[in-house]
Amino acid sequence: MSEKAFQRIYTKLTAITKATVSLEAQGVANDELAIVAGRLAQVVKIKDKTVTLQVFGGTEDIPTNAEVTFFGEPPTLNVSDDLAGRFFNAYGEPIDGGPAVEGEKRQIGGPSVNPYKRRMPSELIPTGIAGIDLNNTLVSGQKIPFFADPDQPYNKVMSMVALRADVDKIILGGMGLSNDDYLFFKNEFESAGALHKIISFVNTTDQPPVERLLIPDMALTAAEYFAVDKNEKVLVLLTDMTLYADALSIVSNRMDQIPSKDSMPGSLYSDLAKIYEKAVQLPDGGSITIIAVTTLNDGDITHAIPDNTGYITEGQLFLRADADSGKVIIDPFRSLSRLKQHVQNKKTREDHSAVMNTSVRLYADAANAKTKLENGFDLSDYDLRCLDYAKEYATRLLAIDVNIPITEMLDTAWELFGKYFTKAETGLKEKLIEKYWKAVDK
Amino acid sequence: MTTGKVTGIIANLVTVEVNGPVAQNEICFIDLNGVKLMAEVIKVNGNKASVQVFESTRGLQIGDAVEFQGYMLEVTLGPGLLSSNFDGLQNNLATMEGVFLKRGEYTKALDEEKLWDFTPLAKSGDQVIAADWLGEVKEGWLPHKIMVPFSFEGTYTVKKVAEAGQYKITDTIAVLTNADGEDVNVTMTQKWPVKVAVGGYVEKPRPFKVMETGVRTIDTLNPIAEGGTGFIPGPFGCGKTVLQHALAEQADADVIIMAACGERANEVVEIFTEFPELKDKHTGRSLMERTIIICNTSNMPVAAREASVYTAMTLGEYYRAMGMKVLLLADSTSRWAQALREMSNRLEELPGQDGFPVDLSAIISNFYARAGYVKLNNGQSGSITFIGTVSPAGGNLKEPVTESTKKAARCFYGLSQNRADKKRYPAVDPVDSYSKYLEYPEIIEYLDNKIEKGWVDKVTKTKYIIRKGKDAYEQINILGDDGVPMLYHEQYWKSELVDFVILQQDAFDDIDGCSPLERQKFMLDLILEICDKSFKFNNFEECTAYFKGLINICRQMNYSEYKSEQFEKYLGQLKEELKHE
Repeated sequence: MSEKAFQRIYTKLTAITKATVSLEAQGVANDELAIVAGRLAQVVKIKDKTVTLQVFGGTEDIPTNAEVTFFGEPPTLNVSDDLAGRFFNAYGEPIDGGPAVEGEKRQIGGPSVNPYKRRMPSELIPTGIAGIDLNNTLVSGQKIPFFADPDQPYNKVMSMVALRADVDKIILGGMGLSNDDYLFFKNEFESAGALHKIISFVNTTDQPPVERLLIPDMALTAAEYFAVDKNEKVLVLLTDMTLYADALSIVSNRMDQIPSKDSMPGSLYSDLAKIYEKAVQLPDGGSITIIAVTTLNDGDITHAIPDNTGYITEGQLFLRADADSGKVIIDPFRSLSRLKQHVQNKKTREDHSAVMNTSVRLYADAANAKTKLENGFDLSDYDLRCLDYAKEYATRLLAIDVNIPITEMLDTAWELFGKYFTKAETGLKEKLIEKYWKAVDK
Repeated sequence: MTTGKVTGIIANLVTVEVNGPVAQNEICFIDLNGVKLMAEVIKVNGNKASVQVFESTRGLQIGDAVEFQGYMLEVTLGPGLLSSNFDGLQNNLATMEGVFLKRGEYTKALDEEKLWDFTPLAKSGDQVIAADWLGEVKEGWLPHKIMVPFSFEGTYTVKKVAEAGQYKITDTIAVLTNADGEDVNVTMTQKWPVKVAVGGYVEKPRPFKVMETGVRTIDTLNPIAEGGTGFIPGPFGCGKTVLQHALAEQADADVIIMAACGERANEVVEIFTEFPELKDKHTGRSLMERTIIICNTSNMPVAAREASVYTAMTLGEYYRAMGMKVLLLADSTSRWAQALREMSNRLEELPGQDGFPVDLSAIISNFYARAGYVKLNNGQSGSITFIGTVSPAGGNLKEPVTESTKKAARCFYGLSQNRADKKRYPAVDPVDSYSKYLEYPEIIEYLDNKIEKGWVDKVTKTKYIIRKGKDAYEQINILGDDGVPMLYHEQYWKSELVDFVILQQDAFDDIDGCSPLERQKFMLDLILEICDKSFKFNNFEECTAYFKGLINICRQMNYSEYKSEQFEKYLGQLKEELKHE
């Protein structure tokens, strides 16, 4: 962040809050960056001569006579192919010891794609995880979060998905990552030999929370460079969006805005949508797919953050610890991929959607049987078979440690149908049963 | 014209010091290094006007010049609107350059070069008033009327109407003489401010016809009137979008206007990718030919989101004045309300419940009131049927937008998380949902004639069966299968029969997806006939198995072409089954 000649320097702050400072200045533009006592800040409000700046690094020990220098432009990122394989902080500065990236300077948080120029997402992204590929198929250009409690291994699952996905670039936006998780991602990427296609923007928990607000825009500006300029398939990982939203609420609170539900700013929906809607299938083949993490408070999806997210994203993947199988599974009931019908049976085998629906329905019957058991009612033979099926279904298909191709997932499901049920009980179409039914010794 | 200078900026709220008169809701342009940003006046205090900018205000500075325009936010009306994709300010998205939306790029809504085949309807000497028809052009297959501009006051005499022939929308097609003897030229295009309701009709009677949608849970159980209003609240993932698309595809309307208001861009892509391929079930023409998309997706500027619903309504009113049946769908009105909240917040107004502006309820009712069935000056009629979706926070219906909309809309189609979890689609809750139109004597009479005498009584009876079934189900859950009398099982399974055969409908199936009224009547009669029977089962397992069998046959009927051989075969099977008890 070099300084230019003739920059005006101010040294008289008129107000300081925990996240903002105000001063009298002239010729200042909205959204422009500045340095306040060596810390990066951005203009968020101008009223007559008074300019209010949001200080990303927090305002601790900033004195009223702090030096303020304006940059004359909003936050930018230098984009070029040299971004690949690098690690950056929230300001786009290298943190891997390497040199600064040369390239075209682009403003972050730029305009949105004309909806009319978009194409319908229709390319399958296989991950090897049956809870995703079989039940909630990912499509390029989709935006989908993991909903998970903080104790679940969401970062592990996400890095697995990323490394298995057939994409040209993977961009990690880490917000409030613990240092351990940051190193975990770094190690995973290195040991997979995938560093050359990975770009990371990371804000760790030991850094100021407000800095996080820059991460998604940085990551997506880099993503747009590769997807739009280079027609590449880009996968963006954002973790953890709940911490991002928390940072938003801190800033809006300091600016005396009236909070809405769960003390979140009233603009939460628009703020999140601006990020997620960057997911796109472009006409020339490039695409941006966003997989995010939204941590939940004890599974509560009615909280403003997961609730607004659910209205924006194209489905959600729900992680849950399954007591029967002792594994972390992708919950087939609460998870959803809104774009799955664009690839199922079209880019995958003809029996895909039928097998998916039947296996989930039988799993639901098992859940009913379980309730009956808990309430002390007698179980029928069918109920007992459902329970056995559920355990094996969870272990062999829903568990996140499964890594098999989609056809094998389908074959496994047919094997389970044959093992526990009669043809009529599955309610599958005659035509499919003739072709795929597997008789198994019971 | 009044000009001004920027004196304050917070996000998209800009304060402007003005040097002359400004009007509330007047449009102005702010000059940002040569790029003109459109904005609307939303508050005036002394010589300071607060304006909401329809674009990002990044880079704006104190002192930037502002030019006021002397008019409110308006839309351009004329032939060529159908099958267009507009943004909330009526810019044509298809004619914009580049992949990204550029700030300050405004495109013309209509093609001014295209020639239209004009046929005159009025003749010299006719006395006309605003909205009277002067001629028509064929827009797709629809007769698009060229009208006396809505803004004309008083009576005019037609001096001359252009001969039949090809004209551009900007060509003069008529000369009218006003009361003072002055001549005025009329073209095929006119402008109208979106926040002002279009008049041009003599009366707005209570709706008295039903609009057929092909969706059983609506048509059979809670029908919407032509010119009526309804809303669909529901948590995410409950099928709001699928239901809206079904309505857009199947409803018995001439023109469909879809306002994608703060929703996902991919959903809009789905519409303009699929609609040109889909056939209108009533005319056999491409669905896109009767559709207008107003698209302000969630990542587009918030202020334009507020404008988008008004733009959509105004276009609806324009087609209504031509005597057409318009269906207007807005998804979602909650995003519109949130846009109002963001602005009210920045204006530092005292907030109402959940931070929404205190006049939210009034704004919503005012908007819903623009829908309706109207009698035109020439004795013809037109209508706007409006259905909005609401996205209640956390799926909780006790929130200001749902509550305010409930006061304004006459039909309530509540989507239930519970039904969606069980994959019972459409997930419209049969117990909580209602249509106030079923209480209208006009509607009851209309249904008596259209379907059969006493139809509404049958509907009421069906709802009773569903409620009884729900009660029985709760008892069974508490007391266990063996702990309740057999009658409870029978009641429960009768309601399941209604649920599976009438309420549930596979929107993705070519046949089941759209069910015409005649077919709906046939199936309801069949189901009620079964429900009227009393059965004698030995145990609950027998009852369960028996009804599961009936449900399966009836569902196969739903999937078969109406009255086809296959359909009759299943019907035969059903009658056979019914003999057993």
